[in-house]
This record gives sequence, structure tokens and C-alpha cells, in this order.
Amino acid sequence: MSTPRALRQSLSLRAGSAAFLTFWCLLAAFPIVWIAVMSFKSPVDAFAPSAWDVITGPETRARGNGLSLIDIVVGVIVLWQTIRIAMTRLPVWVAKATPPGWIAIGWIFAALAYGLAFVVVFFGILPPVLGVINSFTGPLGAPLLGLTTEHYQAVWVENAFWQNFVNSMVVTFGVVTISLTVGTLAGYGLARSGSNLAFWLLIVALIFRALPHSVLVAGYLPWFINSAELLEPILGENAPTLYGQPLAVIAVLVSINQPFTIWMLRSFFQNIPTELDEAARVDGCTHFQAFRWVIMPVMWPGVITTGLFSFLLAYNDFLVTSLLLDAQNQTMVPAIASYFNRETTTTDQVEAVAAAVSITAPLFLLVMVFQRQIVSGLTAGAVKG
Amino acid sequence: MKFRTFAMFVGPSVFLMLLFIAAPLISVFIQSFQVTQPIVTTQEVETCTPGFLTQTCTTEIKTVPTLDENGKIVTETNWVGWGSYANVLGLDQMGTAISEGRWGDILQIDFWAALRFTLMFTVVTLPLVLGVGLAIALAVNNVSKALKGPIIFVSLLPFIITPVIGSLSIYWLFVGDGILTTTLERWLDRDLALFAQGWTIELLMYFYRVWHVAPFAFVIFYAGLQTVNQDTLESAIIDGASRFERLRFVVVPHLMPLIIFVTIIHLMDSYRVFEEIVGFRAQAHVQSLQWLTYDLLQPDDAGNRAISRASASAMLTMIGIVFLLILPLRRTWRDHKGTS
Repeated sequence: MSTPRALRQSLSLRAGSAAFLTFWCLLAAFPIVWIAVMSFKSPVDAFAPSAWDVITGPETRARGNGLSLIDIVVGVIVLWQTIRIAMTRLPVWVAKATPPGWIAIGWIFAALAYGLAFVVVFFGILPPVLGVINSFTGPLGAPLLGLTTEHYQAVWVENAFWQNFVNSMVVTFGVVTISLTVGTLAGYGLARSGSNLAFWLLIVALIFRALPHSVLVAGYLPWFINSAELLEPILGENAPTLYGQPLAVIAVLVSINQPFTIWMLRSFFQNIPTELDEAARVDGCTHFQAFRWVIMPVMWPGVITTGLFSFLLAYNDFLVTSLLLDAQNQTMVPAIASYFNRETTTTDQVEAVAAAVSITAPLFLLVMVFQRQIVSGLTAGAVKG
Repeated sequence: MKFRTFAMFVGPSVFLMLLFIAAPLISVFIQSFQVTQPIVTTQEVETCTPGFLTQTCTTEIKTVPTLDENGKIVTETNWVGWGSYANVLGLDQMGTAISEGRWGDILQIDFWAALRFTLMFTVVTLPLVLGVGLAIALAVNNVSKALKGPIIFVSLLPFIITPVIGSLSIYWLFVGDGILTTTLERWLDRDLALFAQGWTIELLMYFYRVWHVAPFAFVIFYAGLQTVNQDTLESAIIDGASRFERLRFVVVPHLMPLIIFVTIIHLMDSYRVFEEIVGFRAQAHVQSLQWLTYDLLQPDDAGNRAISRASASAMLTMIGIVFLLILPLRRTWRDHKGTS
């Protein structure tokens, strides 16, 4: 369908809009791309005054860490193939290998296995192989682009960042599963009940949504620190001190997340026609049976979207985790704050940059895989008000 | 749905919210009137050091915390009324500042400085977020289909990134030897220290927040643009409306509910501004209300947390929330009465 002439835009307007968009994309990506580039360079290069030096990394190259032309070409080809296979072949494999109804779990396993295989090939097999090739190809094999992974090694291995990673995963996994289980039930109940009570519950949830988290943490802290003494009459000798417990933080984050979760899931459930569960009720199901056998099979898009946002909340949280967890249970985001205090040399700074990039990488993958769900989730909340 | 079934569906969620949101609020309210301190006794201690001829003895008065039989410090909780509030609000300093006519000094008190920044942050970023979000949505609506996916992907990055990390990534660009500082220095031919005074940090914080939230506004406005009534647009053209007039009188009114939605969400979120201060390490120059509470909750050098003052500051922060929510709540209430 061709656009009517009156709706067509003048050249200057189109050029202006394209220029603005290009500028925005640069602005949106630049800080993130830049810290990713910095994290691979030696400290001198990372904070070099000229941008070109930061990208090419002469100092890093001089120390013998670099990529040759061959490395770059092979690396790009492998990356490209990985993405292509993930887009075209992987869905077919997953569909073949998993029994119907288990598709979500099949995908989780497939994604994990695929990611692992990629890491093994890209970081385990390729470097030594390419090293051998580089050694006898002469000028083609000479390092061209300075690049070093020493900061990542320092962060993950020496500073034991992997522990923080595990803690983060425990907390996020707990928050997502519990808040979805509790939230789906509540969201369904709220969507199907037109009573005044449901309306008031939603209003109260909206107020709770606006509360600053520090207000709530101020309420938890004294109780959590003294919980061993307070709970002793009930639980006896082994009453836990809740302060520093990942489980306590999971409970807190789930609750903070509840208002948002039930609003969002409610709007998803309202889009599922009532006739569906009414038909099940006519056939003699109870509400719970209708929910289990009729609603659950069709609710996954909404649940996945809400789960994504729960994941983001738990993963990105700084305030609650930094105040309620002690050092050995610290998650990744507050753990990076410990770099501020040590950040005296430029090496420390680049290590902090590498840690920051490590935290961002999973989010990057998440947007790549779930872009459509994130967009639909954002708009679902808005359209319903 | 019968009440019993409804209660069973909603029960777990309500229980969690009561236990971890409502109960802490009550607890904070009570704590803000109490102060818990270790009981101390003053003892006269005589310490003697061997000296020539006679010992040199000094007596001094020490405050020693009382210990119970388990060796734990005994604490007592006192009712202090509005004391913690007066402390947080800095009423003494305020009194002297007002009586001496130096109104500017009020902004030296942490709470009032934080309040000023938080309100200004909220007010300044809101129109920028709405404007930038709408501009991106209009521009993306213009490009060909093949480009839309990648552009939306890139635009989502600033929104999805961990706030602390996002502000850090901007911090590293503008830090003393960061790439943008050196570039700016070369252009302006002078030394820059962007993190050495309050107003430059504030500007960077506004910039960061717009960068972070504009994608959210963009996605929502973009979805709204897909449902603009084409017939109305065409009749506007026939009536001779220019492009800007069409935007002003057709598109923006159509997007109005979405603009209100983004406004409410943004007001709630920017009133809680916190992560920027951590990322920019701005606490020496700029503080926000939520940061104030956070800071009081952190253990000081002796390991004590100022729970009482933190609670008072938290309660004062809550007053602002009430003002923020009055308008949207009134609207929801009207809608609800209209439908039922």
C-alpha cells in the first residue's frame, strides 16, 4: 500500500528524524559498549586520552596480548554461526527432543547446554588452536588489536566473584519462582472477582508499589538482627538470625515485588476470556481445577513476561541486598560496591569495569532472547492502566 | 466467585504483603518515636604507670557499657517523642538560620538539601523523559520495518541495565581520565573535574535518568502510536492541518492516557532516586531522601545503626508519597464508581 501524497514526509523531515534516531541509538549503546571495550584493555589503554588508543590498545598489544587478523575473522565467523544456529536449528531440535507440554523446561535446558557449548568452543578450544595457527602465518598472525582477559580472570577467580554470582542466582531464582507462584494465584483471583474487596486490594497494592524500599528496610533491620532471640520461644534452640540469610532476602524481595506482579498478571488474566473457565465449571470443575486444567495451559505468555520483570527486580536490586545480606552471602550488584573502597589504582578501576560488564552480560542476552515479551509486558501494564 | 475461593487464591499474596510491607510500616512508625541505646555507666578509673620515685597516677572518667550475664551489652529503649524527627529535620540549625535571616543555610541541613534535590530531580526529568520518549517513538514509527527490531533492541539496553551499573558506566566516561572528560578538555582547552562540585553531578544525574527511563516511555508511546485513528488523521489533513497541528491535536490527545501513565510511574520512581548516588559516589555533594535513610541504616564505625533517625527520615519520606498518589488515586476511585 503506497502512502497518500499528503501523508508523505518532506525530505528534510525524514533526514532529521533519521539523524535523531541514529544519535539516540549511539547515545543508548555508547556507555555500555564503551565499558565493554575498556574491560578488555590494560589499565593504561583503558584510560588512554585518545579514543583510538582505547579501541586498538597499543599498550595491551605491546605486552603480547592481542588478536591477529586471523583471530578476528575466525571469531566473527564462529559468533555469526552460533547466532544463526540458535535462530534456525535450535528451535527444531528442542521441538523434537522434548515431549509436548514440557517445551518451556526443554528450552531452559537447551539454552543452558547451548551456552555452555559455546563457552567451551569459544574460550576453551579456539584460543589454543588459533595460537598454533598464528605462530606460522607470519604477518597475518601478528597481533593487531590489543585485548586481554586478565581483568576477568582477576575478578572471577582471584576475587571469587563467582560466589557472588551463585548468590545472585540463588536469590533471583527464588524470587522469580515464589513470586510467580503466589502472584499467579492472586492475579487470577483478582481478575475473576468483581467484588469491592478485590478493588481495594489493588488500590492498596498500588500504594505499596510507591513505597521507597529504604522505608521497608528500616522496618526489617531491627527485627532481622534480633530474630534469633525473638523466635526462640517458638522455634527453640535453632532459631535463625534472619539477617544475612538469602532466604529472608528472597521473602522480602518477593513481597516488595508482589504489588507489581499481581497488577500485571491480573491484566493478563483479564485478557483470557471468562467463557473458558465458565465452560470448565459447567463441566463440574471446581475453581482450582478450572485454574489448573484450563487456565494454566494458556497463561504462559503472561507468566513469562511477569517473570522477566521479577527477574530484573531481584537481579538489579542494590538497596535491599546490600543492607540485609552479610559479606559472604553478598550478591553481585552490592559486591561491586566493595571495589569502590579499594579503587585506588587504575588496575582496580578496570577490574571494577570488568565486574560491571560481567553483571550486564546476562541482561544483554535476556533482552536478545525476550525482546518481544519485554515490550509486550511494558505495554500490557500501560494499556490497562 | 465465592468469598472463600477468592480468599484462598489471594491469601498467600496478601499474607506476604501484610507481613513484609504493612507490618514493617507500623514498626517503622513506632521506631521513629523510640531510641534504643546501650546502657552505660560512668566509672572513675585510676591508671598508674611506674615512674621514678613515685608512680604517676591519673584518674579519668570512662563510660562503660553495662554487660549482662552472657556478656552482651544491655540496651534500653526510651520513648523520645518527636526527638528523632527534630534531629533529622535539623530544627535547631533551622531555628538559628531563620532567626539570623540566613535562609540559604537551611539547605546546608542534610534533610532539606536531600528534599530539594529529590523534588528538583523529579520535576526536571519528567518533561525530558516524556519529550525524548515521544520523539524516539515518532522517529521509530518512520523507519522501515527491517530496522525497527534492532532499534528497539538497542533502545531497551539503557532501560534493562542494572541502575547502579548504568550510572557507573556513565561515571567512568566522565571520571577524571575518562574518555569524554579528556575529549571535552581538549575542546574547551581547560581542566574539568565533573565530580568535584554539586551542580555538574546533578546535571549528569538528570542525564542518566533520562537515558535510563526514556526507552520505557518510548516503548509505551510507540505501542500507542500504532492505534492512532487513521481516519481522524486524514480528515485533519483535509481540513488543512499542518504536520505539527496533527501531532498537537490528534496524536497527543490520543496518547494522553499513556502520557498520564508514564508520568505517574516516573513520579513514583524518581521520587525514590537512589542508585545514581551510589554509582556516581555523589554522597558528599548531593543526597536524596531515600539515600538519607539508607545512610542512616548503614552501620557506622562502631557498628551501630541509627535506626530511630532512619525511621523518622523514612516517615518523612512517606509524606511525599501521599502527595504523589492523591491524584492518581482520585482518578481510579472516580473510574471505579463510574463502572460499578
